[in-house]
Amino acid sequence: MAGGAASGGSAATDTYKEARNWLLLPSWVYLGAFVLVPVIMMLIYSFLTKEFRGGVVWEFSTAAYDQFFFDRGLFGDEPARIEWTYITIFWRSIWQAGAATLLALAIGFPTAYFIATRPEQARPMWVFLITIPYWVNLLIRTVSMKFMLRDSGPLNDFLIGTGLINDPISIINTNFAVQLGLFYSYLPFMVLPIYASVERYNFSLSEAAADLYASKWVTLRRVLLPAVKPGVIAGCILVFVPSMGSFLAPDLLGGAKNFMIGSLIEEQFKGNAGNWPFGAAASMVLLSMVLIVLMIFARQQAKAEKEAS
Amino acid sequence: MRRSNYDVKGLPGFFGITILCLVILYAPLLVVTVYSLNDSNSITNWEGFSFRWYVDVFSGPESQKFKIAAWNSFTIAIIAATAATTISTLAATAMVRGGKFKLRTVSFGLISLPLMVPEIVLAVATLIFFNSVGFTRGYMTILIAHIAFCIPFAYLPISARMQGIDDSYEQAAQDLYATKRQAFTRILLPMMLPGIISGYLLAFIVSLDDFIITNFVKGAGVETLPTAIFGSVKQGIKPNIMAISTMLLGFSVLLVTISYFVSKTDNKK
Repeated sequence: MAGGAASGGSAATDTYKEARNWLLLPSWVYLGAFVLVPVIMMLIYSFLTKEFRGGVVWEFSTAAYDQFFFDRGLFGDEPARIEWTYITIFWRSIWQAGAATLLALAIGFPTAYFIATRPEQARPMWVFLITIPYWVNLLIRTVSMKFMLRDSGPLNDFLIGTGLINDPISIINTNFAVQLGLFYSYLPFMVLPIYASVERYNFSLSEAAADLYASKWVTLRRVLLPAVKPGVIAGCILVFVPSMGSFLAPDLLGGAKNFMIGSLIEEQFKGNAGNWPFGAAASMVLLSMVLIVLMIFARQQAKAEKEAS
Repeated sequence: MRRSNYDVKGLPGFFGITILCLVILYAPLLVVTVYSLNDSNSITNWEGFSFRWYVDVFSGPESQKFKIAAWNSFTIAIIAATAATTISTLAATAMVRGGKFKLRTVSFGLISLPLMVPEIVLAVATLIFFNSVGFTRGYMTILIAHIAFCIPFAYLPISARMQGIDDSYEQAAQDLYATKRQAFTRILLPMMLPGIISGYLLAFIVSLDDFIITNFVKGAGVETLPTAIFGSVKQGIKPNIMAISTMLLGFSVLLVTISYFVSKTDNKK
């Protein structure tokens, strides 16, 4: 909700104040009925009893959450122990998304900085070049990545051609392939917010640091980086959050061994597992994690705004 | 130290990384495009230039499946983008021209909810909803779900555009005895057109490209282009998939480019 403040620009007026509620009604009704109510129903489903082959029985149960975290019911006669299978999958999702975020930061930060220091008329064109791939179908991009990374694919051909390696390296169906896929899918999300904050940065601060004989790297680290931190954090969140719940990259690039939480959820509804309450509970765990990250971020942004003013 | 021509902005290596970034972003797309023109039954070997896989998409053994999927995809995208743009234009008018009100933050939260909830979670929630209210999964359920997640994509460019329009034009119209409705339809709406077109096109692309939510709510037998492509890819990447992907890719790039230039022209006014 960090964007909420940004959307309320100064050009806002009250010309259509009387019609306000009527104008908002369609979006309230539509999003309420088809987004908010479904999310609430998902929460309810996660506390119901599963029925054989999909669907639910309307009977309260915490079995789905128990299954996610423990080897038996938390309130049974025997003490429950932590069951690591699903926590491991969840942990792997965090790890994979984190690795993809770091990769994206390593490439995205210099790119954003470079674009923001171009002449003003040239910047929109660069930004446009970065955004185009985002609008290409994610499925097609993931399939292209699969095609690129194959053992006999263009990447290996290229590396062998340049003499860097002699035999093709197997990237596909590894954790690294998934990280590359996630990195590739969400890289534009890293560049855009960092670009926006570097563009607003006042370079006379860097000049002052240079006058005091700070080297370029020290200036970057000690002067620029603290000033553009909100943009960097925003970029990291925009890459991390969709990576966490992604389904296509682990499914197409990771093979069967490199399951992430998105694949686990999908299997409960589309695959053979067919345990709807468990799928709903896993979705709730993912959603809670994402909301916590977003809330911390919103609080940080609010704090940064207060400090700035 | 000489300070006169000292460039504080330039950092060594950053230009190189930017080029690397663009290569990473575009290389896979270019490779797929090139290999879609490969005159070979396998995707591995290059056997010369040919359009045969494009012909195959339109008249090959799978062409009927792709035609139906394309029809579903395009009709859903047109209807979803139209509905989402209409709902978003009304909402943006209230949010930008409706003064301060209590439910403003809540309304903005609701509009951006589809962007904040991870796509797979939204897919699960929508499926559970349709199942529990007893909607049969098919074309209609895909359409309903698409309209919902298209709304924020249409809303953002439309509200951004409206914030850039000074309200003195509408005030002037009202001073000349235009009703509020007339001020809206004759003054504000035409001035917002670039934002509306831009929002419409983005919603259209997002609907056309969606796989995850569609895959959950589509039910058996109804396919859109992405779900049909996914089904084929599961059995291995075939050259005709490369051709159909290239067409879809080109179409998205074209629409985004139009959207970019439409929103660019209005900045000069």
